[in-house]
Amino acid sequence: MDITGNVHSQHISRQFNQELDELKTHLMAMGGLVEKQVQDAVAALLDSDSSLAERVVANDRAVNDMQIKIDEECTQVLARRQPTASDLRLVLAVIRAASDLERIGDEASKIARNAIELIEADNGNRGFVEVRMISEHVRRMVRDALTSFARLDTELALKLVHEDDEVDSEYKSAMRSLMTFMMEDARAISSVLSVMWILRALERIGDHANNLAEYVVYLVKGLDIRHTDPEDLDKDMLEHGG
Amino acid sequence: MPIAQQPRPPSKSAALIDFSPEASSLAIRDLSLAYGETQALRHLTLRIPRHRVTAFIGPSGCGKSTLLRALNRLHDLNDAVVRQGEVWLEGEEIHGRGVAVAELRRRVGMVFQAPNPFPMSIYDNVAFGLRLQGGLSKRKRDDTVEWALRAAALWDEVKERLRASAWSLSGGQQQRLVIARTLAVGPEVLLLDEPASALDPISTLKIEELIRNLKSQLTLVLVTHNMQQAARVSDYTAFLQDGELVEYGPTDTLFTNPRLRRTENYITGRMT
Repeated sequence: MDITGNVHSQHISRQFNQELDELKTHLMAMGGLVEKQVQDAVAALLDSDSSLAERVVANDRAVNDMQIKIDEECTQVLARRQPTASDLRLVLAVIRAASDLERIGDEASKIARNAIELIEADNGNRGFVEVRMISEHVRRMVRDALTSFARLDTELALKLVHEDDEVDSEYKSAMRSLMTFMMEDARAISSVLSVMWILRALERIGDHANNLAEYVVYLVKGLDIRHTDPEDLDKDMLEHGG
Repeated sequence: MPIAQQPRPPSKSAALIDFSPEASSLAIRDLSLAYGETQALRHLTLRIPRHRVTAFIGPSGCGKSTLLRALNRLHDLNDAVVRQGEVWLEGEEIHGRGVAVAELRRRVGMVFQAPNPFPMSIYDNVAFGLRLQGGLSKRKRDDTVEWALRAAALWDEVKERLRASAWSLSGGQQQRLVIARTLAVGPEVLLLDEPASALDPISTLKIEELIRNLKSQLTLVLVTHNMQQAARVSDYTAFLQDGELVEYGPTDTLFTNPRLRRTENYITGRMT
């Protein structure tokens, strides 16, 4: 059945309530950090701030540590509580979400490393407009995914699933214009390639945000929509009383 | 599983799964039961699929044991019990005129929470029902005893000491002996009332393994307070509360995504 509101804190065992609440809190904290990492990595490139880029690379470790901590907490809950129904789905969703957040963190640090190279090469800012546009889009997706997780908001989550298609088409058209730059000026190939890696990383971040949204639907509705065509999704949700 | 049919239209107890009559071993129809003034079961209707494990879960006093006992007329012994409604076993109403209770209980065997072997040897325990029925040669009886002990996964542990007292066995072994005693008379249905609640984890797993293996031969109905156990061994689970059937469905979905709030609250341990 659907879960709404703060259902995870109504157990007879208060300790269990607390453990589940902590899982969510820690996931949100990790999400906040990852969101900041993406923001900083892109800002480092656009503002030519290599020390900020280096901080992003260094911070990736903190993201990894948080994933390990969350996984450990989930393992403890599974072992001690044998959660069922929406509690079980929460634990599974948190494990999966933490893994996607960690990957977003990796992508942020990839962006930062490419930013450092671009800043050093100082070879113009071809493609920066596209980076700015797509980065704003995917950052909003990450933020919305985390919000939908915190509020168990499937409507917002489903909106994201559709948005990922838009990011994909923005990414494709950006790639096409960067290809043109490379053909026009062979000396720019190396720096244009770095920009392409950054765009690729941003596009992947969009995919991970999309995954997060799918876990929210799983958590709330008990539906696994991971391999469902977005076109069929709304119909599917309606049929399940969504 | 293909034997399950589509859920029926919502009735008072919503979210039900149904089985075709051909695939069902037992059919319970509008069954109500009261102990004097106390209503224990309220208008239960469900079918229990053949050669599957069906678990009844629910809080204490929800009527799950009462329902189990109604399936082989154990309530007959209690004059204060008032029953309405029907229980059909393979197309025959068990309260019908022509039904002999002893024969019904042979066909629908029962195992209780505390192992209750008789104060006699291991062999005699298993042979007890066979001797009562009579008509078997010693050779045939020996074979049946061995078969039942093997089916109950106890043979290898006791084959060297069949003449030893049943009370020399551990609790878990005693419970399997009781299951062997029930199996020896060839039941079609085995009712298990908290069969492992007095046992240690290893003995519990042996009983659960046994339940899973037995379903190729007979229909099993299990009452348990241990929800992980219901989740582990059963194919279908019925959740009862206050004598009503709240939700009945495939165990896989009932424990990951129940349809009703009452079920969700119970299996996740929330206040209602």
